[in-house]
Amino acid sequence: MLSIRNLQASVDGKPILKGLSLEIGKGEVHAIMGPNGSGKSTLAHILAGRDGYQVTGGEVIYRGKDLLDMPTEERAREGVFLAFQYPVEIPGVSNIYLLKAALNAVRKHRGEGELDAMDFLKLVKERMKLVEMDEQFLYRPVNEGFSGGEKKRNEILQMAVLQPSLGILDETDSGLDIDALRVVANGVNALRGPERSLMVVTHYQRLLDYIVPDHVHVLAGGRIVKSGDRSLALELERRGYGWIEDELRATGS
Amino acid sequence: MASGTQNLDELIGKEYEHGFVTELEADTVPPGLDEDVIRAISAKKGEPEFMLEWRLKAYRHWTTMREPAWAHVHYPPVDFQAISYYSAPKAKGEGPKSLDEVDPKLLETYNKLGIPLKEQEMLAGVAVDAVFDSVSVATTFKDKLGALGIIFCSFSEAVRNHPELVRKYLGSVVPYTDNFYASLNSAVFSDGSFVYVPKGVRCPMELSTYFRINAQNTGQFERTLIVADEGAYVSYLEGCTAPQRDENQLHAAVVELVALKDAQIKYSTVQNWYPGDEEGRGGIYNFVTKRGACRGENAKISWTQVETGSAITWKYPSVLLEGDNAVGEFYSVALTNNLQQADTGTKMIHIGRNTRSTIISKGISAGRGQNAYRGLVKVLKGAEDARNYTQCDSLLIGHRCGAHTFPYIEVKNPSAKVEHEATTSKISDDQLYYCMQRGISAEDAVSMIVNGFCKEVFKELPMEFAVEAQKLLGISLEGSVG
Ligand SMILES: Nc1ncnc2c1ncn2[C@@H]1O[C@H](COP(=O)(O)OP(=O)(O)OP(=O)(O)O)[C@@H](O)[C@H]1O
Ligand SMILES: [Mg+2]
Repeated sequence: MLSIRNLQASVDGKPILKGLSLEIGKGEVHAIMGPNGSGKSTLAHILAGRDGYQVTGGEVIYRGKDLLDMPTEERAREGVFLAFQYPVEIPGVSNIYLLKAALNAVRKHRGEGELDAMDFLKLVKERMKLVEMDEQFLYRPVNEGFSGGEKKRNEILQMAVLQPSLGILDETDSGLDIDALRVVANGVNALRGPERSLMVVTHYQRLLDYIVPDHVHVLAGGRIVKSGDRSLALELERRGYGWIEDELRATGS
Repeated sequence: MASGTQNLDELIGKEYEHGFVTELEADTVPPGLDEDVIRAISAKKGEPEFMLEWRLKAYRHWTTMREPAWAHVHYPPVDFQAISYYSAPKAKGEGPKSLDEVDPKLLETYNKLGIPLKEQEMLAGVAVDAVFDSVSVATTFKDKLGALGIIFCSFSEAVRNHPELVRKYLGSVVPYTDNFYASLNSAVFSDGSFVYVPKGVRCPMELSTYFRINAQNTGQFERTLIVADEGAYVSYLEGCTAPQRDENQLHAAVVELVALKDAQIKYSTVQNWYPGDEEGRGGIYNFVTKRGACRGENAKISWTQVETGSAITWKYPSVLLEGDNAVGEFYSVALTNNLQQADTGTKMIHIGRNTRSTIISKGISAGRGQNAYRGLVKVLKGAEDARNYTQCDSLLIGHRCGAHTFPYIEVKNPSAKVEHEATTSKISDDQLYYCMQRGISAEDAVSMIVNGFCKEVFKELPMEFAVEAQKLLGISLEGSVG
């Protein structure tokens, strides 16, 4: 599904990613953990197509195509979805309008016709149940005045409507209360399937109790420095990141 | 990165869609202006003596005036002696009695513009008084309106057939001494529309006029007069577009509205004149005086406008709230792109008691566009309990454009309540990125955000016009993101 090979990238000449490699297979869920400022969001945005990063080396192959060569909207239409760590507010544009424009753009790209208003509304309402969101949010301006938790739910709603092949969740759990965490996690789990891969960025192993990952990676200093299974997350929870750095120093890498 | 949320200023600018010139033999008066030219215009139109006298008085007054320089716009001086003040499609014998008699070339022009008269007549139920250059060539639905006593005709026809109404109301809202452009218009106005809705009659359809500047180098001086008698209602739509050309073209129209007791006039404009190329060459200069008088209790006048065209726009639709409980409204979207300059706004003059006014102004600037809102709310001494609410929002797209707000408030009665709110926002790169990450192209994202910004104004437009306005904004903004 996604193959990141020796990716190097910088912002304003400052190197952030320093040779990052990661393979995500079809249907797999990968958790990315790592200290603040280690480059997790940077990775997510480079994959999603945000401007302002200079890729200085390496490559990213998504479903056999050079992902970094594709324009941002093209990537989205091809099924790359980023649930933002900080969702953006768009005053004046209703949530439902954005959803419809997005879905129709994606459908058009897939050669499917636009959904009519009735079918669209039916679809959206059904997906809203997944994240237990109230219908009133459809008619409010995109993320404007939403609480932190409501914004995160809204991201997952968009993902549920757009049905991407690769979902990148950047700290979707932060800012969620305990019940909301469960609800959102259930929503994400409902979207798991053999055709959909997920990259879940989180600081807390708690989320991984709900969204059980196939693999866990530690991103530090711009590289994946350790990979393991679920138990790695539990270990990180217990011991923090320091021991990994010690380990790295010991092996001299 | 291959994507492009960054360079908002990179403008591609779609070539003006309506840029073509119809080849028609025009009956044109040589350039220049003096009393003889005015006599010639008046004679060509077969006007009664009072009309000529009024024109001459206006002309004599105009010669004592100077061009205003205070608007927040910049342009090279206009040479008023280089303009030809009259141009009419050549009449073959009598004027056309129906659309079939209209010059096919003219109809073709309208078809290119996407306003097929016939289709409109049949499908939309809109009566169209089409102004081609300076003379009306086709008026439809006259019979249907006539049965209700509604007069909807070209201004010249009104002067000939209803001189008493013209004489009574012409200049009663915008006197010929009003301002430089209004005086010039009063002296040389070519044609325009006239509407009279009699007492208690509700006009059953939207009345609509399409303006089009055609003959090269011909200034356009439209004159529109709409009178709603006591308890009457009328909704009037004005829309226009012009062919591409190289010289700047002057347009100085005057629109006068008179709403008597309990009457209501709704005047909507979608203005799409050629704005000039990316360097601002060849655009239309649009200096317009639009004013309505609520001349009786409970009278109501609403101006709604969507301005996307012209190189320079200078325009302040205003309402004189004379009668008690009169209501004035102004809803405006003004967009400037490339080198366009717009200086628009409104004046609400509260004269009667308990008069109310609402101003919603949305300015959008892209490219190097400059957009100024200039509004005056004036509450006179006798205007007990007057209320005004003004909301003035600016949206900037890119880094080289500007928005300016000049609100003036003059209150002479302490019971007045005047509220003013203003905001300025920008379409951010993050917003565009967010939309693009959802599969929406940058242009669609801009258009979506802009339409959201204008929602409050669009909902005041008649349905078909609202759709057209949205399209127009989309076209006007094409290429405003890189
Ligand atoms: N536009 C920018 N200009 C300068 N530095 C930047 C910019 N964007 C990111 N950085 C830097 O890159 C590094 C990685 O940031 P990033 O947001 O990817 O970290 P993160 O792993 O997501 O952290 P967190 O866990 O706090 O969300 C940080 O040091 C950050 O300050
Ligand atoms: Mg982050």
